[in-house]
Amino acid sequence: MSLMAEPSAAGRFGEFGGRFVPETLVPACQELEAAFADAWADPVFRAELDHVLRTYAGRPSMLTECKNLSEQLGIRLVLKREDLNHTGSHKINNVLGQTLLAKRMGKKRIVAETGAGQHGVASATAAALMGLECKVYMGAVDVARQELNVFRMKLLGSEVEAVHSGSRTLKDAVNEAMRDWVATVETSHYCLGSVMGPHPYPYMVRQFHRVIGDEARSQSIEMFGDVPDVVVACVGGGSNAIGIFSGFVDERSRLIGVEPAGGAAVTRAQPGVVHGMRSYLMQDEYGQVQEAHSISAGLDYPGVGPEHSYLASIGRAEYPNVNDAEVIEAFQLLARTEGIIPALECAHALAWIVRAAPEMQGQTVLMNLSGRGDKDVAQMMDVLSK
Amino acid sequence: METQFREKRAAGRKLLVPYLTGGLHGWQDAVRAAAAAGADAIEIGIPFSDPVMDGPVIQQASQMALEQGATPVSILQEVRDLDVQIPLAVMCYYNTVHHAGHHRFATELRDAGIVAAIVPDLPLEESGPWCDGADAAGIETVMLAAPTAPDERLPRVCARARGFVYSVGLLGVTGERAALASTATALAHRLKAVTEVPVLVGVGVSNAEQAHEASQVADGVVMGAAVVRRMLEGGPDAVGQFVAEVRSALSA
Repeated sequence: MSLMAEPSAAGRFGEFGGRFVPETLVPACQELEAAFADAWADPVFRAELDHVLRTYAGRPSMLTECKNLSEQLGIRLVLKREDLNHTGSHKINNVLGQTLLAKRMGKKRIVAETGAGQHGVASATAAALMGLECKVYMGAVDVARQELNVFRMKLLGSEVEAVHSGSRTLKDAVNEAMRDWVATVETSHYCLGSVMGPHPYPYMVRQFHRVIGDEARSQSIEMFGDVPDVVVACVGGGSNAIGIFSGFVDERSRLIGVEPAGGAAVTRAQPGVVHGMRSYLMQDEYGQVQEAHSISAGLDYPGVGPEHSYLASIGRAEYPNVNDAEVIEAFQLLARTEGIIPALECAHALAWIVRAAPEMQGQTVLMNLSGRGDKDVAQMMDVLSK
Repeated sequence: METQFREKRAAGRKLLVPYLTGGLHGWQDAVRAAAAAGADAIEIGIPFSDPVMDGPVIQQASQMALEQGATPVSILQEVRDLDVQIPLAVMCYYNTVHHAGHHRFATELRDAGIVAAIVPDLPLEESGPWCDGADAAGIETVMLAAPTAPDERLPRVCARARGFVYSVGLLGVTGERAALASTATALAHRLKAVTEVPVLVGVGVSNAEQAHEASQVADGVVMGAAVVRRMLEGGPDAVGQFVAEVRSALSA
């Protein structure tokens, strides 16, 4: 059996996951679980999803070999180009799946949270395509540092609400989206943007992203006749990482999920319960959830998807962390050597590769380039001019 | 708490449970004022960083309390000094329980003089470990029942409920509303048909008139945001006045 099989009936990956939601939302989670199982087993739904992934999102995404950087680092570095998808990141895989499912369930409206704005933009895009109403919650801090994405969402016909509670970042946007869903559950679908939340979200979102890993596996074998020695991705909630890991978890490849130093939930390895799931969670001595701090809004999350906690707990995947200075270096490095500006989130994965390269000489390293850096250019202009 | 509530119900009294955020400056006096004004029990909120079932008023109170240094430990310490003659319950999010450990948290509640707990993000399917710890320590776990629950779910929720069943008045988070939602009385009706455990309507019960309306069907009400807003605006005296006003409407 695969190490990334279906979770238990209670939505558990080992001791992680579950469904810790107010009673009001239990029937909706049960309905979603049944609807997803039904759709996922239905060839018509799968063909419809496959069609829209190919003709709208631009799949399959290609592999790019980084000749210049490989030479510099002494490894063979290959990128999975999720940045080339429509809307500029891997997030579109999941939202096309969820919005198709929402329509199938008869929902007229979706609610979403967003950190960097990538999931918000993808949700707004899919909502426009599918004819659904869409409301996106975004922390006020993130609204300020990602104003272009805010404008994009509005342009796509979505409503964006700035969240002023708590740390005013991704975690608080999730809280507010959940509050909206509690009030509108009969007509709205909560289009959660990562492999987190109550069951069935971590499982469902992973299934919608496993296309990344499935493609990358056959592309690797085609390109260099083998699976990579190392597979690397950044981890906030962990959706792009789980997507690419799913193609290699039962192979010999090392799996590396890179967290920001200021949001290293797995390194701290303290289980907690928030946002509907039991997983590793940054919290204080009384269980108050702590604020994550990172240069990238998309990784500013104090928790992590439960399947990552599981993979870490059984030792199948490793979760190192990198600091903002290393990320800023890596961001510029990829631009200068390969002509690719990565999202700050993915620059975390590259920062770890740069640091670990001396111990990986001659190895093949596959990195998920989960998003493009256009959204971060204004912020980096400020950072680099200081 | 359940024994007292059943006795009071048998005597024809409608039950009133005000909610107050623990740890706010003056909160102990507010509890005393509410008790003196005719509350049948008090629900003490232990503030949490991410209160997903709460609307703006209780969110604000929670954040203020946290900024003033409140912790589960400090609040339970302050509970020991309350010296009121009615049952005291806590409302806390599940991570507070989970972090402390089920058995340890239940024991700490009991030792502080708390008799019941409400954990709004712990649904029936996940409640086992906590309920076992609570039962062992003699803490009654109030279960929430939601308007979205299908008929077959309600008896199972009620079977696990101790103290009372918290009948969630509307689809949404805590906060005051202009009118009592039609879902409030509808769900209370459904619950009364399947359980002998006292049924109290909470979430969206905003004033004396709405409390009276809800209690025509239910055995009583829980009032949160309406009480907390008065605490924030007028302090313990305003809380006492409001509770007295609701009490007289319920007894009318």
